[in-house]
Amino acid sequence: MSTGELVIEDLRAGIPGREILQGLSLTVRSGEVHAVMGPNGSGKSTLAHVLMGRPGYEVLGGSVTLDGIDLLALPTWQRARAGLFLAMQHPIEVPGVSLVESLTAARQTVPGGPFPDVLERLNAEAARISFDERFLDRSLNVDLSGGERKRNETLQLGVLRPRFAVLDEIDSGLDVDALADVGRRVQEATSEWGLGVLAITHFRRLLDVLRPDVVHVLSGGRVVATGGAELAEIVDRTGYAAYT
Amino acid sequence: MSAEARATGLDPREAPILPTFTPDHAAALPGAPWLAQRRVEAAEAFSSSPLPTEKDEVWRYSRIDDLDLERFRPTGSEHPGGDPGPSSSGRLHALVDGLGARSGLVVTINGVLATLSSSVGDDVVVLGRATDHPEGADLLGAVLADPHDFPLLNDAFAIDPVVIDVQAGATVADPVVVVHVVSGAAGGAVFPRTVVRTGAGATAGVIEIVVDADSGLLADAPTDLFSSAGPPVERLVVPVTELKVGDGASLAYVSIQSLGGATWQMAHQASIIGADATLSSYAVALGGSYARLRTDSALMGESGASRLRAAFIGRDDQMLDFRTLQDHRAPRTTSDLLFMGAVADRSHSVYSGLIRVRRGAVKSDAMQTNHNLVLDEGAHADSVPNLDIEENDVKCSHGSTVGPVDEDQRYYLESRGIEPGRAEQLIVAGFFESIADQVPLPGARDLIGRALAERSGVSHG
Repeated sequence: MSTGELVIEDLRAGIPGREILQGLSLTVRSGEVHAVMGPNGSGKSTLAHVLMGRPGYEVLGGSVTLDGIDLLALPTWQRARAGLFLAMQHPIEVPGVSLVESLTAARQTVPGGPFPDVLERLNAEAARISFDERFLDRSLNVDLSGGERKRNETLQLGVLRPRFAVLDEIDSGLDVDALADVGRRVQEATSEWGLGVLAITHFRRLLDVLRPDVVHVLSGGRVVATGGAELAEIVDRTGYAAYT
Repeated sequence: MSAEARATGLDPREAPILPTFTPDHAAALPGAPWLAQRRVEAAEAFSSSPLPTEKDEVWRYSRIDDLDLERFRPTGSEHPGGDPGPSSSGRLHALVDGLGARSGLVVTINGVLATLSSSVGDDVVVLGRATDHPEGADLLGAVLADPHDFPLLNDAFAIDPVVIDVQAGATVADPVVVVHVVSGAAGGAVFPRTVVRTGAGATAGVIEIVVDADSGLLADAPTDLFSSAGPPVERLVVPVTELKVGDGASLAYVSIQSLGGATWQMAHQASIIGADATLSSYAVALGGSYARLRTDSALMGESGASRLRAAFIGRDDQMLDFRTLQDHRAPRTTSDLLFMGAVADRSHSVYSGLIRVRRGAVKSDAMQTNHNLVLDEGAHADSVPNLDIEENDVKCSHGSTVGPVDEDQRYYLESRGIEPGRAEQLIVAGFFESIADQVPLPGARDLIGRALAERSGVSHG
């Protein structure tokens, strides 16, 4: 069981010429689920991209550390090796590269050293979220529906067992059954190995299956409200207007 | 033509007087009288027409201005039996056997028929020299009726044009394999010629390989497909293939070019597709110094369909040059073209393609896609898609990409902890794997997948 924290402090970042995150701070501890909610344009996806180091985004100030490691100083692959995982909102197609191949390459790099059997873990994880086994040999995200892609991201999370996972709108494109599978799997990971979760979402429905310990409301690139699970219900009822 | 040249009546593109590609040389080649006559006429036509230059649109970006035809002479007829040499013949068998089950095998050495075998009867496939086929004179040139420049030179100097005549209604389970081996001293010019006729309602597959005896797929060491015995030998190779797909017929055609590093290749593949017929073609370009492939596909009958694929990898200083024409001449015809490849080192690729939809070809559907992966800073790819649509009620789309390994794909893999170099290897290997998957004949798929992986410098592991 890992213990540690992902600390975001006064983060300012955006795309060239436009500051989108304007001093964002929050801390996620191992085993906790934090939800980040906010209207379109509040900076939710930018936060996910900046944390993982997607090309095209720039950091203007602040810091992000994982157990004291300065993530912003590292290239993407080293952030992953430090224990950060991003389940992407729009997982990218990589023609000709299968899940098995990519996870075989990635297994060398997981925190705690390579795990023994990719296929074994892959099959077990696939069964847990009802991910069709015939997708395992298919090219990454090619010819997968939106929902299958999200299951695929969750599957990789389960195989790689990162210390902290950012879920960027993992609920979009999921039907009710898939949402339940994905939410349950992530929830279980918090107790299985102490996964810390930062779940970015537009809607409350994810949070019915993935129970947040803390909810943050994001607006204008800042955290404008923080509370317990009840905050998600308030936002769901009254909308974001009060926070913008 | 400059104003001055016009005034003096001097055409700077005056027909060449080539000491080696003359009608007399063509007349001296062996063969039936009709073939001899055909050669001489072609040689005369070639001699009286100007050589193409880079100023011609279809030769833009090419290296045609650097080609000095006088450095080459027709070869092959001095060894009428064909002689692959003892060492390459073993490797040749290994190569051919690696393709799996086949219905027939034709091997030419420098254009001369050396091996001919068939495991199916004449009621299924008639296989052999055009001169031995009762309709040989009609079959040759039936698709390429009005040749220019290099196809014309092929008409003039092809020694043993090969015919694969699939009888109407026949189903040929395993492909016919044709291998054209080029070998011998520097300066040899070789003119492989293959004609495939798929009769009405027939189903067949053909694998055609053009290979240098001393390099590429016939190189000594089986573990390294692209080692070469010595310095590459300068050659000129002009393969011409005619594919006629009869009404309701289905032809899968795979061609693999594995020539030496100092070879000029001027290849032409022309097809005519009948009503309700399907051509699925797949070309692989690996070798050559300047290797050009022109692919002209004419959809002549209603609801005919073509699926045209090519995969290529450029290395060193080589140039791989592709010109395509998807010519829709009948209603409800479909063409789907995808040419994909990579350029590494200082190599250069050209893709220039035209979709042409003629008046009357209503409800036609044409797709043209070209993806180029640029692996090194010194490498370069040109991509020029074109449309010429004379009809309104049609669907056409074209697109191309030129660039390094996709940044988003790399980011995705890196976000899983895979280091950049390994991520790039996986993506490049995947790029070729995804196109090797589309080889229409399973027997050729393994060889092509392996050749592409080795040539691209990435292999799985």
